[in-house]
Amino acid sequence: MDAEIERSSAAGGKSSEIEYRLLIEAIYQMYHYDFRGYAAASLKRRLRTAMLHFECQTLSQIQDRVLNEAGFFSSLLNLMTVPVSEMFRDPGYFRALREQVLPHLRTYPSLKIWVAGCSTGEEVYSLAILLREEGLLERALIYATDINPHTLEKAEAGVYDVDRIAAFTDNHQRSGARSSLSDYYVAAYGRAVFDKSLRRRIVFSDHSLATDSVFAEVQLVSCRNVLIYFNRDLQDRAVRLFREALCRKGFLGIGSKESLRFSTEADAFDAFVQGEQIYQRRDSA
Amino acid sequence: MSAVASLVGRIDAVVIGASAGGVEALLKLLPALSATLSVPLFIVLHLPRDRPSLLADIFMRKCAVPVREARDKELVSPGTVYFAPPDYHLLIDEGPQLCLSADELVHYSRPSIDVLFESAAEIYGPRLLGIILTGANQDGAEGLAAVHAAGGITIVQQPHTAQVKQMVVSALDRNPASFVLDLAGISALLHTLDRE
Repeated sequence: MDAEIERSSAAGGKSSEIEYRLLIEAIYQMYHYDFRGYAAASLKRRLRTAMLHFECQTLSQIQDRVLNEAGFFSSLLNLMTVPVSEMFRDPGYFRALREQVLPHLRTYPSLKIWVAGCSTGEEVYSLAILLREEGLLERALIYATDINPHTLEKAEAGVYDVDRIAAFTDNHQRSGARSSLSDYYVAAYGRAVFDKSLRRRIVFSDHSLATDSVFAEVQLVSCRNVLIYFNRDLQDRAVRLFREALCRKGFLGIGSKESLRFSTEADAFDAFVQGEQIYQRRDSA
Repeated sequence: MSAVASLVGRIDAVVIGASAGGVEALLKLLPALSATLSVPLFIVLHLPRDRPSLLADIFMRKCAVPVREARDKELVSPGTVYFAPPDYHLLIDEGPQLCLSADELVHYSRPSIDVLFESAAEIYGPRLLGIILTGANQDGAEGLAAVHAAGGITIVQQPHTAQVKQMVVSALDRNPASFVLDLAGISALLHTLDRE
């Protein structure tokens, strides 16, 4: 018995695995943020960064602060949901939306779009600009959702560092732009402030793909580089929500290295633009 | 080198990291792999982030083993070579399965060698072989340390045989106990992972 106790405590990998699960469970019970279905490899890496940031030696110490220190969890949440995005990321995706999806969406009298996991909003503004260029923004409504209230605030503000604008502009041009990105922002004091009129057609809202349900019928869901952070079960849940939210023949865009291949919902969709990961909901689904 | 003369049965997976000069180095290693290779090989090779990678296509035609670009949530097959796709980190998760991430760059790189090695060390522990090849970056030094800390075997390409030395020198500075081999030596070592 003693030998077994010694062996177990020497197995650092095993104890950190237990600590990881306990932390995720503590966060769920205390704050109802459900990371239980997240891909552990990526989340563990982010938590290691958090341990360095908060100068904690173990995940148990993080857990202690989550449970006992006011305000700690919202700082931790920012490190657990690292926002990494850029405007018009993967220009080919936006070009495909422009050239192949919008001609279909144009036929609807009013247009609803859901950007799921919008992070700090780069993709939301990209879509709004794309819709304005194509003359569709005024009859469109974009739901932009995320689990992190802090990043939602940033998204709503629409303010980005000016040194990111060159990359955004290059992406925008490669997406088949009909205007100049500089038409949509004012640069001052090192920051680019995006046009408030774009925001009139955007609703920012708190929503979790892990715990919430569908809130509207939409013609397009764009959810890119979010599913890779989920395990297969949670991926299935998210794609099921998208299927339920989409009207018949509605469109789903996911990240360039994401796929519905392993999804239990795969049969509900047809590939629409191959290579850009744009799917169409089947009539019968 | 006698300490690691035969690895079959001792090692369950291999991770390889390289940047500048890496394609040439891999052209020496991968086509020489035997069809009876018993373990998976995961490779991060730094590449431009904004272009699709042709690595898997190039190597598939030259190799006796299956070569693929890693796909998210795919279960790992033994005897297969997986390349990290451009602009995504590749991690190994429970299963073992492949997991991609779009998290921030590490050492100006995505994919990053450190990210792959650290996640693989967590899954494979002492049954992992980590190899750092030629490159002009410090990426990989920390990852190799994680392989070592988990009890795995660490190999660094002999610096004077590397097309660009910085990556192997950084890896050796951080992991002085690593085995140092030229490409022929690494190739011979990989053959000890063939099924008997």
